[in-house]
Order: sequence, then C-alpha cells, then structure tokens
Amino acid sequence: MILKKFNIENKKARDLIPQAITVLALLSVIIYFATNAQINMGNRGISFGFGFLNQEASFDITFSMIEYDGSHSYGRAFLVGLLNTILVSVIGIFFATIIGVIVGIARLSDNYLIAKVAEWYVEIFRNIPLILQIFFWYFAALRALPLPENGISFYDISFLTIKGWYVPKFIWTNFNIFLLSLIAAFIAIYFINSYATKQREQFGKQIPTTIISLTTLILIPLITFLFLGVSLTFEYPVLKQLSPTVFTYAGGVSIIPELIALALALSMYTATFIAENVRAGILGVGKGQKEAAASIGLNKNQILKLVVMPQALRIIIPPTTNQYLNLTKNSSLAAAIAYPDIVLVFAGTALMQTGRAIEIISITMLTYLTLSISISIFMNWYNKKMAIKEK
Amino acid sequence: MNLIAKPSKDNIKTYVPIGLSLVSLSFLDVFVNAFFNLNFTGFLPSQLSYFLPLIIGLIGFYLIRIEFSGVRSLDILNKNINSNNFNALLTLFTIFIIIKSIPPMLDWFILEANFAGNSKDDCTGDGACWVFIKVWFNRFMYGLYPDAEQWRINTAFLILFAVVGVSFFVTEKLKKYFILFLVFVFPFLGIKLISGGSFGLEYVESAAWGGLSLTFIISAFAILFCFPIGVILALGRRSSLPAIKYISIGFIELWRGVPLITVLFMSAVMFPMFLPDGTFIDKLIRVLIAITLFEAAYMAEVVRGGLQALPKGQYEAAKSLGMGYWRMNALIILPQALKLVIPGIANTLLALVKDTPLIFVVGLMELAGMIGLAKTNPKWLGMAMEGYVFAGLVFWVICYAMSRYSQNLEKKLSTER
Repeated sequence: MILKKFNIENKKARDLIPQAITVLALLSVIIYFATNAQINMGNRGISFGFGFLNQEASFDITFSMIEYDGSHSYGRAFLVGLLNTILVSVIGIFFATIIGVIVGIARLSDNYLIAKVAEWYVEIFRNIPLILQIFFWYFAALRALPLPENGISFYDISFLTIKGWYVPKFIWTNFNIFLLSLIAAFIAIYFINSYATKQREQFGKQIPTTIISLTTLILIPLITFLFLGVSLTFEYPVLKQLSPTVFTYAGGVSIIPELIALALALSMYTATFIAENVRAGILGVGKGQKEAAASIGLNKNQILKLVVMPQALRIIIPPTTNQYLNLTKNSSLAAAIAYPDIVLVFAGTALMQTGRAIEIISITMLTYLTLSISISIFMNWYNKKMAIKEK
Repeated sequence: MNLIAKPSKDNIKTYVPIGLSLVSLSFLDVFVNAFFNLNFTGFLPSQLSYFLPLIIGLIGFYLIRIEFSGVRSLDILNKNINSNNFNALLTLFTIFIIIKSIPPMLDWFILEANFAGNSKDDCTGDGACWVFIKVWFNRFMYGLYPDAEQWRINTAFLILFAVVGVSFFVTEKLKKYFILFLVFVFPFLGIKLISGGSFGLEYVESAAWGGLSLTFIISAFAILFCFPIGVILALGRRSSLPAIKYISIGFIELWRGVPLITVLFMSAVMFPMFLPDGTFIDKLIRVLIAITLFEAAYMAEVVRGGLQALPKGQYEAAKSLGMGYWRMNALIILPQALKLVIPGIANTLLALVKDTPLIFVVGLMELAGMIGLAKTNPKWLGMAMEGYVFAGLVFWVICYAMSRYSQNLEKKLSTER
C-alpha cells in the first residue's frame, strides 16, 4: 500500500530516485578513479599539476610555424603542435571543399562518362580506411619521388622531391600595411554590397557588385604597392651540395612530405562525403522551383545561381559542417606518419618524457573538444543566417 | 556550300561517317601512343601533335551532334556524352585519360609483376611483387597467431558463417533462437576457442592475435556492445529527468568531440593510472572498451534521430494503455524507431570497421599494422606499395559490400513506408 502510494502520488520522489542513483554511481566511479590515480601518482613520485608546461622541453620538432627549439617550454611545444593541427585541417578543408563540390556537381552531370567517373571516385575513396590512404600516400606514393638532385622541377621555381616540396618564399617589406589594405578592401566591399542590396530592394536598381568588388580588391592593395612602400620579392629554392652524394635545397620554403601526404589523404577522403552532401543538396531542391524560375525567363546560369544554389546550400551546410569537424579530428592520424601535430608532439613525445598521462591526455582531449565546439558554434551561426526567414 | 552547313538531318549521310571516323582516329592516335609508344603524328610540330587528338576529336563530335537525327543509337550517344562542345571536351578528356592510364596499370598489376617465388630476389620485373603478399599472407590474415593453431580461428569464423547462413533458411520461430545464440553465446564461445587455455587447447595470448581476423574480432565485439549502450544513451538524452539527460549529453558529446586516436591513447596510458596499482587489464580488452564507448556515442545520436522522428501519438497511445516507461520503449517506441534508422546504424558500423586499423597506436596489429611490420622486415624492404594496395583492396571489398547492403536496405525500407 505504501509502495503504491509512493509510486503514483509522489511523482517528485519517483523522479528523484533514478537520478540520485545515476549521479551517485557516476560520483563513486569518479572518486574511485581519482583515489587510485592519486595513489598511483604518489607511488611514482609525481604530483598532479600543470607546472610542467613551463619546463624546458628539450626535444626538437621537425616542422614548426613559430620559432621553436629544444630550449623552449612544453607549453610552446603544445602550441607548435596545435598550430600544425590547425594548418593541416585548414588546408584539408580548403581542398576537400573544392574537390567535393566539383565531384558532387559532376555526379549530376548529363555527361554519362563524367557522372560515372565521379561516382567511382566516391565509391573508391570513401570505402578505404583513411589511415590506409595516408600510409599509401606517405610510404608508397611519395617515396617514389626522385632525390633532390633530380627533383621534378616546375619552371625552375619549385621542386618536388622525396624530401618534400620546395616552393619560393615570399619576402615582404611593410607587410602590415598590405594586410591593413586588404582588410580595408573587405570592409569596403561589405558596405558596397549592403548598399547595393538596399538599392535593389527599395528601388529595384541593379548595381554590378561583382565587378566593383573585384576592382576594389585589386585596386586598394595595388595602391599600397605603388605609393606606400610595400614590395614583394621571392626567394627561390636552389640546389645545394652538402657532400659528394648528398644534395638539398637552400632557400625557399620546404613543405614536408608528411604534410603533403596527410593533406592529400584528408582532402580526398573527406571530399567524397562532401560530394555526396552537395549532390543531395542539389537534388533536394524541388523540380517546381527550377521550372518556376525558367518560366519567369531566367537562363540556366541564373537559375543555378539565384534559385537552386541558395536553397541547396541550406541542405548542404549542416552535414558539411560535420565533415569539417570529422576532418579536423581525423587530422590526428598524423601521429601515424610522424607529422608533428598535437597528438604526436604532446600526447606522444611530451608524455613519454614527463610521464604525466592524466594532465597531457586531458589537455589534448580538451583542445579537440574546444576546436570541435568552436567550429560547430560558428557553423550554427552561419546556418542560422542562411536559414529560411519565414514570415 | 554543303560542307560549312550546320550538322542537321539533311546532311546526316555525309557528316556522320566523317565525324565518326575523326573521333575514332583521335582515339586510335591516343591508343597507339599509349600501348605501343608510337606517335604517328610525330611529323607535326610537337605542341600541335600533342593536342591533335583533342582537336580532331572535337571536330568529329561536332559533326555528329545532330538533333533528332532519327537514328536511335546516335541520339542516345549525343544525349549522354555529346550534348554540347564542353561536354564533348570532357568526354574526350575522360576517355583519353582512361586509355593513357591502362598500360602502366596493367604493367604494374599483371604484365610486369612477379607471382612465383619465395623471396624478394624472385621479383625481377618492374611491376608489383606479389610474392610479398603470397609469402606473408598467413601473417596478414592471422597476425602472429601460431601456424599450428590457426584452424581455431578458421573454425570460429566457419561456425559464424554457417549459423548466419542457416538462419536465413529456417522458420521465424527457430530464427529467434539462432539470433539469441549468435548474440549471447557465440561471441564467448568463439573467444574461448581462439584464446584457448582450457579444453586441452593451448593458450594464445591476445598480443599474438592480429591480421584481418583481429579486425573482424574487434568489429564484431564492438558492434555487439556499442548497440545496447548507444540505445540506453539515446533514451537517456531524451529523458525528462535533468540529471540523467545532462549526464547522457555530456557523455555523448565528450566522445563525439575527440578523435578516436586520443581515446585509444587514453585507454593505453591514462586508464591504467585509474585502476588500483597492480591491476592488469588485457590490452585488447582496454582497446575494445575504448572503441565500444566511442562508437556507442555515435550510435546514440543515430538512434536519437529515430526517436525524434516518431510522432508524439505513439508515446501517448502507449501511455494510455497503461504501459510504464520501459515497457513503452521496449514494445512500442524502439522497434519503430530502430527500423527508421537502420541505414544510419549500418553507416555507423561501416565507420567502426574503417576505424579498426587505428589500434596500431597501442601496438595491436591488424591488417594495416601487419603490413607496416612486414615492409620494415630487412628482407622485404620497399614493398610498401604492394602491401598497402593489397590492404586497400581487402578493406575496399569489405566496406563496399557493407555500403551496398545498407543502400539496398535503405531503398527497401523507404518503399515500404
């Protein structure tokens, strides 16, 4: 009787019990783990804390975008790894988007051959594990490149060799002014576009924004070159002999093969998923929309640009965001081919040296969580902006 | 006059033969160049000779582009690969690239490749050294599992295939028992058979397991465990009880926000710190736990999609019949929700199979890991290409079959609704 009363009438208590049990169970697991960790760390003579980040790292990193050598701290090494992760993710996202959009549109081509080739591209690269593709590019394909002394030359300014891809280095004077001018140009374009939209919506006037924007984008930076002392020279890689049989390139920028292999594999793999999203998005726009657009006299390009694409983008963006996130997370496979990303530098080398498993793994995981969450917040914002504004 | 007229039905008799022969001529030029290394336009300036097939091909395609010609095959051809100049150009490019890439591929895979022999020295051709795969095949399939005991792995998989095969043909009532056997009895029977240690079977430690069979073992167990955990997490996320809801959300988002490789690192170096000193959990089991929790979070999101797609009326109807939370979910909600997301589940399982090679980071070697080991063997240096092409093919066949199956399932289920 008491049980029945309890069950039916006291809903609050009934809701509370499972929650309390779950929370208690979780807490006890956490406490159990924490005590064990404390005992274990005590046995090994280490104490929990993040002070080690300031200690000297004393290991070298093969590829770094900021100044780094063994005398810098673990914190700096972490930053180097993080920047390398971001670098390969950005390159991967850039190329994956381009390849993905092209392949996605090609899959819908009326040309049977092109559609079939695109379909097979997707089927082949989607169904091979990414790690195998990375291994293939790194251990098999790029290892077949020639040695520096007979590297593949692109008009003698860039060389592709087994040790990496040597490209010219940009040497700027007054780079800051140039950067500011670019920012100014983008702000100007933003205002021109919003003014043009207003004019179009209020008075029906068409302003050729594309041409004006392009001119602004070229003209303003050009002025800095002509009058404000900005200049750009290139430093070309030159073959240099180290010993009778060993050659290398001096000058220029060397893009290491690890980065090439990783970026190639990531973008080609992710492109297949993006292609499927693009295809689904374009197919998702109703036939009636295209017919309606054609019936008011728009031509084929206008239909694609003004009617199909804006609607397709709404379908394409959310799943593509997910793919960008996946690509960023997949870039951690870098550790497999020794590209110095955050996992290899921090969760690998730094962990081996300090033995601080808990701190380092937590920092690494938190970093990825932050990256994931910030990309998804940005994309949610963009998505909201693109969403249909219903009246 | 007739020559410069636009191709139309009137001049079909002259244009089509000329056009077709021009197109075939351009293909022939590329074909001869690719297969016999002959260039019969070599007398022309080098750049013109290079682009000549493209030019004559384009002219040929232009000449045969006749709308409503009345010839069925010509209309089909034009519609599919020759609807305008740009399309014709793309068609020519595609065909040329395909023709050009056939001879080197054929050479590497078959003509110049070596199949016979037992060591690297037997590979004398320029092509692939398939001897490498042949010699290492056992290792690629079974890892470092002792040769004499490999029948145990074979038997376990044979039983699995036999039971699955038979269960397709038995009656519904018997099928239930088959599935129960497969889910609750077989995995443990199979693992006992493979690991040994009792019934007179020699004990084989899990560090020796490897190769493709390890991929299957890990995938099978992870699938088995991640599914129920995923369902519970999905229900938890939809729960009206705040504590359970937010714990589920936190758990799901934590796993979904980090890469699998860090989770595996965690299972290898951080997890032992959380256990009482001296406790030892087998590496394989730790990896299995890590993969299971990781994939369960993805599974939970898929199942949640199905739960959200169900109309509210289903919940209300079940409650009005007096069903409690668990009975409602088990009998009414989940059967419908899961059916809705079968394709999503299949995709998650596919992702799981593709993720298994990552276990190399903790030192377990399935197929890709074994190839990494074999290619660094001093006697077999320089075999990376053969190894990874082989592994790629094996995984491709498995994953392609799975994705085709899930696509078929998707089609079948969408027509039923």
